Amino acid sequence: MKAFAALVAREVRVAWTGGGLWLPVIFYLAVATLFPFVTGPDKALLARTGGGILWIAALLATLLPIERLILPDRQAGILDQLAMRGWSDELVATAKIIGQIFAFALPLLLATVVGSALIGLPEAQLGTLLLGLALALPALSGLSVTIAALTAGLSGASALGGLLLVPITIPLLIFGAGTLSENPGNAMQLLAATALAITALSPFAAGAALRAGRT
Amino acid sequence: MSSRQAPLPSISVDNVAVIRGNRLVLRGLTVTARSGDIIWVRGANGCGKSTLLRLIAGLLHATAGSIQTEGRIALADENLALDANLTVAKALMFWADMDGASADARSAALADMDLQGLAQVPVRFLSTGQRKRASIARVLTSKADIWLLDEPYNGLDSASCARLDQAITAHAATGGIVLVAAHQPPSINVAHSLILDRPEADA
Repeated sequence: MKAFAALVAREVRVAWTGGGLWLPVIFYLAVATLFPFVTGPDKALLARTGGGILWIAALLATLLPIERLILPDRQAGILDQLAMRGWSDELVATAKIIGQIFAFALPLLLATVVGSALIGLPEAQLGTLLLGLALALPALSGLSVTIAALTAGLSGASALGGLLLVPITIPLLIFGAGTLSENPGNAMQLLAATALAITALSPFAAGAALRAGRT
Repeated sequence: MSSRQAPLPSISVDNVAVIRGNRLVLRGLTVTARSGDIIWVRGANGCGKSTLLRLIAGLLHATAGSIQTEGRIALADENLALDANLTVAKALMFWADMDGASADARSAALADMDLQGLAQVPVRFLSTGQRKRASIARVLTSKADIWLLDEPYNGLDSASCARLDQAITAHAATGGIVLVAAHQPPSINVAHSLILDRPEADA
């Protein structure tokens, strides 16, 4: 358990020192800042569309850390060393996903409070938005680790990662946007179910991808 | 009296063949190593030295034959496996945590490889030779029974080579097994040398 905690802590530390922690947050807030420049200062329009924009920004921010999640560890031999110590690829993937939740999901959730203020989102919607993102961000973390494992070492991995991630996240986006409607109950349940399924399956998919990529 | 717990470390590679891509890398290879053995694995470029070490480490699967090992294994190959942005001490401590080793074990490994003065230097600033020494310090910290060292002398100065020889000899003397894959012969006494040839050459 101590070793697993050390591995999760390492993931957070690598994100912190490698810029993987702040870059998605800055990107996320930049989108929130730029959006009113496009729509104009129409408060009603911003209130109606702002939550959806933050959802899209969160999905796109998921793409940013993908290149640093698996490839550097594979090139440095870290994954080999873990495998030699009997760590299953699924357990390594789980540690990376949990690390990504701490290093990516939680900071983004905190940034949502700032982003919603920048967009002028009604306070009543903020709680729903935070709850929806809190449900979806672990799934997005799992997907980013899975796609990072699938694309590590491929040429054009970054673009390929985007092409893979965006279609998979459509259900999350649809249900997530649905939670911002006047009756969010059903959408929230569907979002929770979808996010839970993706989060639960991600370690296995990412683990299989890590195994397949070992040379 | 040995402080090691039974069973003693051992390696048994029996009639192993390996195909990577569409290339036969190893064929009919049989190797046995027992506690206290130091084996020099040698051969031309591409003859399968690194492949053999990765097979024994469990990182590759043999196409045919069997491999059995007893004891914990540590591998130092071309990949440093240390976080570039961490100091040498912290990077080694991560693996000490993974192996359940103590901070004392890490400090001893740093001393053995003469890295105390570089302990607080980020790994990314190390020279080639210093990186190699840090990689070997990782192996020392692990307290593994079997050391697999791939070209461990590359980039080392004579003093560092002597330190490595001393560490290898001491490990074998306490019952460990060391496989050294290198082009140049180690200056220490080796139990035997294993010469690999290219299977494709006489296929």
